[in-house]
Amino acid sequence: MTETLLSLSDISKQFDDKTVLDELSLTIDDGEFITLLGPSGCGKTTLLRMMAGFELPDQGTVTLSGVDITQTPPENRPLNTVFQNYALFPHMSVFDNVAYGLKMEKRPKAEIQERVEEALAMVQLEDFAKRKPHQLSGGQQQRVAIARAVVKRPKMLLLDEPLSALDYKLRRTMQVELKRLQRELGITFVFVTHDQEEALSMSDRIVVLKDGRIQQLGTPREVYERPANVFTARFVGQTNFFPGRVTKIEGERISVDVFGLNRDLSKPSFRVAMNQSLHVLLRPEDIRVLAPNDTEGVAGKIVERNYKGSTLDSVIELEDGSHVMASEFFDEDDPAFDYSIGERVRVSWVDGWEWLLAEEGDEPLTDEEELAADDAEH
Amino acid sequence: MMLSIKQQPFRAAVLVLVWGWLLFLVLAPNMLVVGASVMTRDPSTFIALPLNLDAYRQLFNPLYLEVFLHSLYMAAITTLVCLLIGYPFAWALSRVDKRQQMLLIFLLIVPFWTNSLVRTYALKLILATNGLLNSALISLGVLDEPAQLLYTEGAVIVGLVYLLLPFMILPLYSVFEDLRDDVLLASHDLGAGRFATFKNVIVPLTLPGVLAGVMLVLLPAMGLFFVPDILGGSRNLLVGNVIKNQFLDARNWPFGAAASIVLTLTMALLMFAHRLSKRRLGEEGA
Repeated sequence: MTETLLSLSDISKQFDDKTVLDELSLTIDDGEFITLLGPSGCGKTTLLRMMAGFELPDQGTVTLSGVDITQTPPENRPLNTVFQNYALFPHMSVFDNVAYGLKMEKRPKAEIQERVEEALAMVQLEDFAKRKPHQLSGGQQQRVAIARAVVKRPKMLLLDEPLSALDYKLRRTMQVELKRLQRELGITFVFVTHDQEEALSMSDRIVVLKDGRIQQLGTPREVYERPANVFTARFVGQTNFFPGRVTKIEGERISVDVFGLNRDLSKPSFRVAMNQSLHVLLRPEDIRVLAPNDTEGVAGKIVERNYKGSTLDSVIELEDGSHVMASEFFDEDDPAFDYSIGERVRVSWVDGWEWLLAEEGDEPLTDEEELAADDAEH
Repeated sequence: MMLSIKQQPFRAAVLVLVWGWLLFLVLAPNMLVVGASVMTRDPSTFIALPLNLDAYRQLFNPLYLEVFLHSLYMAAITTLVCLLIGYPFAWALSRVDKRQQMLLIFLLIVPFWTNSLVRTYALKLILATNGLLNSALISLGVLDEPAQLLYTEGAVIVGLVYLLLPFMILPLYSVFEDLRDDVLLASHDLGAGRFATFKNVIVPLTLPGVLAGVMLVLLPAMGLFFVPDILGGSRNLLVGNVIKNQFLDARNWPFGAAASIVLTLTMALLMFAHRLSKRRLGEEGA
């Protein structure tokens, strides 16, 4: 299970003097579902195309099962791709599309017939074999693209934002279906997406990319609960960044001053010094909104509330003007649960649910901060 | 919701204009030609009753059959040369960056601003015995004495290719523009090499453009009578020359009309083939 299937080492790539991949190394295990996640321009698609053989690296090597395939053309790589816009052959029927790869291998007719039917059955399109791609819905075309890619039994399936053109509900269905396919086929899936929710729900491991470098590599849980840096924390899920200052270091415990509250926390993995500023990260669901007469927490008032069905999302403005996002599950028995805008509350969290990050030199602004900066200019 | 004609005066005006144009300037003249083709030749009124099919019968005269076949042969060579030059040109055109693309298309269109008759005369100056090409070849030492370039079959084909090449390139360019890179990548990804991708994906997907180009080149190539008139001498006639001669010199209108209808029918046949190929690609119906 943990055998290495593909490894990329020291891969660099430039387009018109712009560095897209920067000495990137990555090892993909046999049978895993790994997701390349990042904003547009982070290099995730280029990385995938390099695995497929559509792009050659300026520097570095690509190795598949111990064989160097850096210069191998795509037609000779035992990997197949599911393209973002499906890239079905418009002049061929569904059957011929799926059969294409096997025909190129010059397989006997009977075998092609059998394997194509099997692949179409797997994506529940047996009855559509004679149709042309343009007679299918987007979701059906997507399934044909998947059948076409898996019919060759590749060692690895590369999926380039395959669900981005589908509507929300169909996306959900296809996510489940892709997971099922991956389990049944036992093929390694490399999945590219910019949708962090999709990445979290589908992957065994996530590679968070930015500016052609890996920001973090870990399980969805690690990436979400223990982000390696400010970028990952901001990109994956919503996060409250509270400014903290170290006031005491004692063995494995430290005290941090957050909004004037002194919280006793366990020491983070990075070095801390007295009076050092750091980020205290809390996900909206870690925040507790308390009654104004509570003794715990920081005072603030509700400025936004958003009913989400299963949760109630609210934004609380603290006295210093900063905003806190909170997401709480409904508790029918709690009469104080539903707030109205302007209502005074206190904000707190359970000790141990926070995550500490060191401050970085040039941190990107959040959208909100950018907007505030824009407003200040005008 | 349908709006009445009164509520959409512009729409109505356009429809009347288009239909009027087609009826009076396309359908009616063609009907007149059909009418003329089944009438009898008359020295004073050009055409007269009774109705008969003599003109069509005359088309099977070995002399005219030979002209038709030779004309078809020259047109076919012209089309082939246009295709051989135009296909890679259009492919390259669709793959260069936008700025170069604009420039190349502009250069392709510039010649249309000059009358084609004038351009054919210019070609005559180049191909003449003491013309530019011969002089250049002699001064370069390739030839000792001027070669007979003008008034040959080759000269006619060069003239036709020169005039008709853009009509091959433009429809091909449009299909190559629609040919998406990821479809080609998908073909490679599934194990097809360059040649297999060309044969199985590129050719079928560009076929409508090829047929459109052939349609736009082959038929005019049989009709551009002034090209053989200027460049071809008396032996390299096109069907267009026959038609022109029948109307203007021989004064045999029924025969000229019949020859012209055969050309039109050939065109209709090609258009039918074009439609079939497009339907195969699923661009029509569903």
